[in-house]
Amino acid sequence: MGDTMSKPRAVDLGAIEQFPVGQGWRFVINDQVIAVFRARDGKVFAVEDRCPHRQGPLSDGIIGDGHVVCPLHGHKFDLETGQGGEGHECVHVFKAWVLEGKMMVECRALKISKDNQQE
Amino acid sequence: MINMTKKKIVVIGNGMAGARVVEEIIGRTPGQFDFVMFGAEPYGNYNRILLSNVLNQTQEAGDIFINPLSWYQENNIVLHAGVKAVKINTQEQIVTGRPLQPRAAAYAVHDDNAFVIKDIKETYDYLIMATGSRPFVPPMEGFSGEGTFLFRTIDDCDHIAAYAKQCRRAVVIGGGLLGLEAARGLMTHHLEVTIVEAAPQLMPAQLDVESSQILKRTMEGMGLTVLTDRKTAKIHKVDGKVHSLIFSDGSTIPADMVVVSAGIRPIIEVAQDSGIKVNKGIVCDDQMRTNDPHIFSVGECVEHRGKLYGLIEPIWAQARVVADVISGFNPQAAYGGSKIGTKLKVMGVDLMSLGEKEAGADTDEVVVYREPHRGIYKKLIIRDNKLHGAILLGDAAAADVLIQMFLNEQAVAENRSELLFGEVKGTAFIQVADLPDHAQVCNCNGVVKGKILNAIDSGCETVASVGARTKAGKGCGSCRGLIAQIIESKLGKVSYDPSEHYYAPGIPLEKSQLVAEIKVRNLKSVSAIFAELAEGKEDTDSKVGLASLLKTIWPKDYEDQRDARFINDRVHANIQKDGTFSVVPRIYGGVTTPQELMAIAQAAVKYQVKMVKITGGQRIDLLGVKKEDLPNIWKDLGMPSGHAYTKSFRTCKSCVGTDFCRYGLGDAIALAQKIEHRFQGIESPHKMKLATAGCPRNCSEAYVKDIGAVAIEGGFWEIYIGGAAGATVRKGDLLCTVDSHEQALKIIGRFIQYYREHGKYLERTYGFAERIGIDVLKGILIEDSLGICSQLDHRIQEAVDAYKDPWKEADVPVDPAQFAGPQLIKTLQEAENNG
Repeated sequence: MGDTMSKPRAVDLGAIEQFPVGQGWRFVINDQVIAVFRARDGKVFAVEDRCPHRQGPLSDGIIGDGHVVCPLHGHKFDLETGQGGEGHECVHVFKAWVLEGKMMVECRALKISKDNQQE
Repeated sequence: MINMTKKKIVVIGNGMAGARVVEEIIGRTPGQFDFVMFGAEPYGNYNRILLSNVLNQTQEAGDIFINPLSWYQENNIVLHAGVKAVKINTQEQIVTGRPLQPRAAAYAVHDDNAFVIKDIKETYDYLIMATGSRPFVPPMEGFSGEGTFLFRTIDDCDHIAAYAKQCRRAVVIGGGLLGLEAARGLMTHHLEVTIVEAAPQLMPAQLDVESSQILKRTMEGMGLTVLTDRKTAKIHKVDGKVHSLIFSDGSTIPADMVVVSAGIRPIIEVAQDSGIKVNKGIVCDDQMRTNDPHIFSVGECVEHRGKLYGLIEPIWAQARVVADVISGFNPQAAYGGSKIGTKLKVMGVDLMSLGEKEAGADTDEVVVYREPHRGIYKKLIIRDNKLHGAILLGDAAAADVLIQMFLNEQAVAENRSELLFGEVKGTAFIQVADLPDHAQVCNCNGVVKGKILNAIDSGCETVASVGARTKAGKGCGSCRGLIAQIIESKLGKVSYDPSEHYYAPGIPLEKSQLVAEIKVRNLKSVSAIFAELAEGKEDTDSKVGLASLLKTIWPKDYEDQRDARFINDRVHANIQKDGTFSVVPRIYGGVTTPQELMAIAQAAVKYQVKMVKITGGQRIDLLGVKKEDLPNIWKDLGMPSGHAYTKSFRTCKSCVGTDFCRYGLGDAIALAQKIEHRFQGIESPHKMKLATAGCPRNCSEAYVKDIGAVAIEGGFWEIYIGGAAGATVRKGDLLCTVDSHEQALKIIGRFIQYYREHGKYLERTYGFAERIGIDVLKGILIEDSLGICSQLDHRIQEAVDAYKDPWKEADVPVDPAQFAGPQLIKTLQEAENNG
């Protein structure tokens, strides 16, 4: 987190059809854990998959009207802005869109040096 | 013949009022007066209120007489039955009566041709006029002769019943109490019945517009057709028989017979012709005396302080005053008028109405509760903290208290809901004012009293808004009453946010209204509900509750949208704090086998389960399983889901029952296993934990379960509901005692289904049982007071039949991502240039 040195890049997460409608899915892209959502109205979202309250998996949360609810204690976040219902809480958001039938997110690329340390 | 030392009382009218006065006088001064009664009907007096029972054949005419003819003989009362008083000579104090022809109507307007035998004359010392009233026939053409009836006397009932045999369609003109009773009577004769009311609503004297609409729907549900705002212009006849009704707006409906029951008018002609003062009725003072000091009046013919009364209580009060005055028992006795509070059944529906029906002033407080699905409506009109009016429809359990409060002009309780739903029981009253600011009120979210007071200072007036601000009351919810008390102690009252009564926060409807909309619009999915009822706004906090409700409404064919489910119900396991899941296989009645235990042990080793825990529900919990391992561990276990993750039937604990225990009275294990096989996985507003106990020692804690069955001596099982041993501890209420496992299963299923249909989302059975009340539940589920038991039995069977073990989805996931773990993706700096 907070590492802004590398440039953001678009990443293809695969065909949109394989994403269950109205649900989220956890992706680990390089060193980032991202919850990717395909809303019923066709919008797509991507946020950091970690609730700031007690680290719950937001990808398992219920979404609706542009918000996600953490499955552990019900904390709610705006999927566009990352702003939480509790004023001091927010999650990092990633740009997400659909391109030619593919789910795309924009996230930081992995730095070679860091890649070696991980996994 | 007449003893000259005794005074003579003549009563005109042998109805309920006339006979009552005589009884009251005899009760005070036995043998002191001679009595003569004129009764235009050729019977002793009878209870007119029960007439519809004669019409619908649930009572014989003979059963509704209050005083049999022998009563007149025993009390030396001379009864001129079938004799109509026609003239009073107030100077000489003589009443003249004429015998009526056998089939003449007792209440007919005077007609000389109706009399055949010579007049009867009686002198009097006191005369009591209890002439009663006659039916009102609205002005219309054609109301006479064959196929047209009034509904007022035993003779009318006989004639209606006889004529109904040749008819298919009956119309009742008049949508008041008696009109509805007439309609009920006619329906028992297998006729298609239509009620026609001139006012825009049914029972305008007792109900407001909204409650009358609920009543209308209830009546229509019973098969009655109701037409309001229609004035009958003409009864059209063909060949002398009723053919149809023509309304003033020109519309028409077919009919084979017409019964008019459109209210009553006092019978005052004899009084008027004899120089006694009349207005709408016979005018009386507070001693019930007319302008002639020897002549009194009681009953429906009386006008007292400008009011006429047609109900029992005021008339009984009038009779007591007349008896006190005439007998000399209390010459100063006075009738001060009556406040009207009626409690009655109309077509089997409980109804109470008192005082005003609509708010009179802007400052009036109007409290309303409605539950259209069950035909329930409750309304209070409160002014200056006193009850000025109330309507209870469908559930009149609170009627007695409200009537007392109304009649005695008592100040009403601060918590208005207590008035509508009876006293709040079971919660120890804590003096919140005495609590220090640092006292923790919400133990789930750690909110202290001081923080709640701050929220109130910043404008929160409802429990919901305090919760939104502080999270108090948002955990288990058991402190919500305390929060309400804090608000009340601070502000003097608690306000209620209407959304507190919504089933789901995002849809502005109470449960019954929501269910009705879902059924009418045929909504089969959560997204369809949002589209139709929430302008497309997909409320996250509503989805899960709506999904549960849909499954209850459409057990077989609802469209199961998995995104509306909580994660636990998507993957059939309980999410843990680290994002892993717990797996609890079903162990019926807590009885397992070495084979099952070995399978559990092997699975625990294979999937590196972090903890193996014996649960409180007599099963084994495997904790720390990764989502992607769930399908495989289920397959390895080879056991069905224990549903330890969802709002549904969870488990049924048992003691060892009769197999080994030396105290066991009933086979608790077998019953627990049958219960668990039957109800496993059935969704409900909140979780249901059950237990069976083989004797009242209660080793399995059945008394404090959502539903508990306890064996007692004699082969019986007591069924308890609404027990709790969580954040709230409550002993269950005894619903009933049954004599077999089969009966126990039936009653338990019936309660579960009623709870499923009427419980609020996330309302445990203890809250539900307290809200509805055990007596009401007994009435509905045991005595079948609403006639819905067979439907409940049918619908719970549908739910049982629709059960599928969700762990079978291990083989066929509903979507590829259902049990998928995190998707690992790596990108290299060199490769990324497609942004």
